[in-house]
Amino acid sequence: MGKVRKGVEVSIAMADAVAQADVDVIAAYPITPQTHIVEHLADIVANGELDAEFVPVDSEHSAMSVCCGSAAVGARTFTSTSSQGLALMSEIFFISAAMRLPIVMALANRSLSSPLSIWNDHGDVMMVRDAGWIHVFVENGQESYDNVFCAFRMAEDPNVMLPVAVNLDGFILTHMIEPVEYEDDELIRQYLPEFKMKHALHPDKPVSMGCFGMPEIYTETQMHREDGVTNSYPHILKAWEEWGKLTGRYYHPIETYRADDAEYCIVTMGSYGETAMEVVDALREEGEKVGVVKIRLWRPFPFDEFRRAVLGKKSLIVIDRALSFGGPGGPVALELRSALYKKEGAPTIVNYIAGLAGRDVSRKDFRHIILEGKEKAASGDTEGFTLYGLRG
Amino acid sequence: MAKPMEQITWQELEIGAVVTEVGSARQYHTGSWRSERPVVNKDQCIKCGVCWLFCPDISIVRAAEGHFEADLTYCKGCGICAKECPVGCITMVGEEE
Repeated sequence: MGKVRKGVEVSIAMADAVAQADVDVIAAYPITPQTHIVEHLADIVANGELDAEFVPVDSEHSAMSVCCGSAAVGARTFTSTSSQGLALMSEIFFISAAMRLPIVMALANRSLSSPLSIWNDHGDVMMVRDAGWIHVFVENGQESYDNVFCAFRMAEDPNVMLPVAVNLDGFILTHMIEPVEYEDDELIRQYLPEFKMKHALHPDKPVSMGCFGMPEIYTETQMHREDGVTNSYPHILKAWEEWGKLTGRYYHPIETYRADDAEYCIVTMGSYGETAMEVVDALREEGEKVGVVKIRLWRPFPFDEFRRAVLGKKSLIVIDRALSFGGPGGPVALELRSALYKKEGAPTIVNYIAGLAGRDVSRKDFRHIILEGKEKAASGDTEGFTLYGLRG
Repeated sequence: MAKPMEQITWQELEIGAVVTEVGSARQYHTGSWRSERPVVNKDQCIKCGVCWLFCPDISIVRAAEGHFEADLTYCKGCGICAKECPVGCITMVGEEE
């Protein structure tokens, strides 16, 4: 495929990216909750356009199990899921990270049942927040396409060797038709060379993976994992930097928009960043000193970059897309409050939880959230959270 | 293992806690878990090997005379051999006795 710009459904663009990344194995359970990502990949493989194994398994639990097996022998491996599917595969999801298997997943974020929903929020990814995967969030079709390659590059870096989830908002992104610039196959080959794994399973050099961990060693294995995830950070930056050099599209763990001189900022993660920027443009014209802070890298969390972006501001209005029942608010606000605890110049945080199960959050809603949030911050009303748009 | 498990630091672990030494499970002596041990009556044993087949820990070995007995380094004392023995020649005896 040559370099081309086209109007395409984001799921299809992601599937095309996976094919361009020349994956060896795709394992998926392609029924609801699903997207066109693996459906289109099944087509591509069946049509002989990609020399890969497409394994249509009996459940999401099996999908992740197959991914572990194929990644363990050093095969480039991809899967995609959402909500209930992720819940079902969660046992193996944790294991894949512990075994340091560089699987890439397109995680089309959707709400967890019950009530049964197929729409978008971040309840599913927050369930596996602590699994030890790298979590990247994207905002639009181009970022979804690009980050498939970046994710493989990160995952397979010998200094990283971790599974990577590219989180994209279900429906809001997966089912939209957007202009996406496809890169040339040759550029992809240059960016993503053949994968060589150090401890690949092979009869010539037997190793044991996923062993029994006695109390005498379990703590050490967890520190080894913690070190692996934390120290993947510079290599994640490098993967994005090199992609930027080749394509002109640069990605950063924390991205800001009109935030330099802003007194307060709205914080988003995922596709809401696009709407937030438009609303901030309008508010700027009215004289509001407001900006946007966008979290692209959720794990490992970019503490230093985040603090650099926000210390000295008066307040942050954090939009969460998930609720921790009986907890202190949304998971993003919780994280940010923790990151800023006892830091000099820390802004106050006002937390909104909005857009659960795909309820529309329009420009008008963003405007309301920003202006009301600013008032709340000014009056010291910063405890807990507000469930935006709640009736009653 | 090159080093006893309780001396390994986290920095010394392989990525993914992969174990590169083959057969290292042999160094873990599960016999210390046992509260009862199987005692075989050699005269009654018909040398059928059912206990050998059923042992979940590969701890039943064949003795030179042809009968079967437990390797107490690994036998956890689960009692499956005694339960399955068709002639009832295996008795579980408390370790305190």
